[in-house]
Amino acid sequence: MISDFPPAAILILGALLVPFFKGKAKNWYVILLPAAAFYLISQLEVGSSWQVHFFGFDLTFLRVDKLSKVFGYIFTLNAVAAFVYAFYLKDNTQHMAALLYIGSAIGVVFAGDLVSFYFFWEVMAVASTFLILGRKTEKAQAAGMRYIMVHIFGGLCLLAGMVIYITETGSIAFNAITDRNLGTYLILIGLLVNAAAPPIHAWLPDAYPEATVTGGVILSAYTTKTAVYTLVRGFPGWEILIVVGCIMTLYGIIYALLENDMRRILAYSIINQVGFMVCGVGIGTIMSLNGTVAHAFCHIIYKSLLWMSAGSVLYMVGKSKCTDLGGLYKTMPWTLIFGAVGALSISSFPGTSGFTSKSLIIDGAIHEHLMWVWLVLEVASAGVFLHAGIKFPYFVFFAKDKGLRPGETNKGMLIAMGFMAFMCIFLGLYPQPLYNVLPYEVPYQAYTFTHVIAQLQLLMLSALVFFLFLKLLKRTETISIDTDWFYRKGGRLFYYVMDKALNGINSVSERIFVGGLAGYLGRVSRDGPTRAAILVMVPAWVIGGAKGEKLAVKKANVRAALRTGTSPIGITAAIATIFLVVVFFLM
Amino acid sequence: MQGEKMRPKKEFDYFDRPENKRKLWIMLYVVCAALVVPDFFTQRHSYFGFDGFLGFYALLGFVSCAVLILFSKLVGLALKAKEDYYDK
Repeated sequence: MISDFPPAAILILGALLVPFFKGKAKNWYVILLPAAAFYLISQLEVGSSWQVHFFGFDLTFLRVDKLSKVFGYIFTLNAVAAFVYAFYLKDNTQHMAALLYIGSAIGVVFAGDLVSFYFFWEVMAVASTFLILGRKTEKAQAAGMRYIMVHIFGGLCLLAGMVIYITETGSIAFNAITDRNLGTYLILIGLLVNAAAPPIHAWLPDAYPEATVTGGVILSAYTTKTAVYTLVRGFPGWEILIVVGCIMTLYGIIYALLENDMRRILAYSIINQVGFMVCGVGIGTIMSLNGTVAHAFCHIIYKSLLWMSAGSVLYMVGKSKCTDLGGLYKTMPWTLIFGAVGALSISSFPGTSGFTSKSLIIDGAIHEHLMWVWLVLEVASAGVFLHAGIKFPYFVFFAKDKGLRPGETNKGMLIAMGFMAFMCIFLGLYPQPLYNVLPYEVPYQAYTFTHVIAQLQLLMLSALVFFLFLKLLKRTETISIDTDWFYRKGGRLFYYVMDKALNGINSVSERIFVGGLAGYLGRVSRDGPTRAAILVMVPAWVIGGAKGEKLAVKKANVRAALRTGTSPIGITAAIATIFLVVVFFLM
Repeated sequence: MQGEKMRPKKEFDYFDRPENKRKLWIMLYVVCAALVVPDFFTQRHSYFGFDGFLGFYALLGFVSCAVLILFSKLVGLALKAKEDYYDK
């Protein structure tokens, strides 16, 4: 039956065959796989499932409901676009890693139990690392290493939490979690590592900008959004997530404003956008959860589009720092136009998809009378236009002409960007198809006159501030210190302290034990017999009448005899006796 | 490729010309002002008491962005480092 075949298997098994295809056939093949998975997901009936009995557990590799389906749709749709974008790429490793990564992300959203969920979750972490290492630069190697270490940490938190949770509840089912104890908080931390919530977020802006051109596009969509899915599934209505989400929205903006590297700006804006979604999960009403899912859906599209346009620039120019870029509108007009659609979309500009999805979350906050949350989200919405909506396109395509004349990027990239830009505008003008596939049925109308005007006021005044404050925003050739400092510099500091402390202890011990104590013991054991012999013999000689010089000569004779091992039998016997007496007492 | 073909011809440089920059500035101011006009004629629903007044969202956009920029500038003093900071 087609209706109970896990769609993840198409991509994961399909990945194994990639090396057998040559030339363009390889590229068509990798496009076809997610397209087939998309079709399969559209055929899955809500309520169906596929279970396997494994080591005493009933593993549910397929749990179909509206929530898993909507994520399945967008994951496969985005994969098709990403592989069209990567039509120039012949690298087997990157294609296989991407398919495994996307396949296991789909595996996570269709997993009905914690065990299979955890399995796919870890495969994701490993496979995605190869999209970073694929850049083959020293920086990418180091960033990839840090990336996998952080994810191993997150995975261990998750595993520990799951073990506690499963032991307590006796069930491996993965549904909404209501208990609040050590186990569930550990699970939450594990998920928030992947959602890139501060302070455990620095892996994202550290690693994604070091990834390959297409790797960045693919990475931007799956890890954080899979985490959003698991939060919607497992932690709806956990108030702490409102706070976490609000912090994320502002944190991302501040760092994106400081950044110079265009892909790092986009990386920080992922944190900002996921913040809106996490906040929606925390609010936990039907409307805000719908908003989170809708926003994740639209976000994947416009964020991929933004990474695609930045990727095209990197691909053509080989540079990604704002200080090296500028004036590209002259030779890369299509990349600019598509990128600008993505930039407007992420800013929730009326007429684009961000407007029809983010409004659901903000209205969710209003309906619950959460004034501060609403205010933070509105401030953050204005800030998005600042850092992603204007800063990114302005410094890359306009600003100062740096004399770069790369020409437009390749056709595959343009087609993929054109498709994603179309989707942004389509879902912005006609969001009903998206609303239809959301987990809950809530009638919603984003386009009221006052709402559109309010949003336009917010955004246009943000634009005005950007250009008024342009001098303050002048790019500098700098990086920004983030929490990865603790394991990058902090690690070295730790090494330095340990080096000094442990080696200090080492040298002190050497002086005391090797030089001092051992030498003393050596002297004692060498001179011991002589001293003992003299101690015993002297009274005998004194009684025998030896005095002064004669006594000294006798002592010297014994010392010399013992040192050379040529002592008279009597003395040897005496020493042996003393030794035996000592041993006897010691025993 | 397109760029190479275009280069011998006159390059499209609309956004580099000072007179156009001036036009764009004026346009931006006009749009910002025009967006507040509808507030005179419509009554926006106020959810929290203070958010219904005239040009509220315009003010919110302006103030929050100004604060965000100034704040990031401030923390940037402490957080910005040379590019080879981690290589040393």
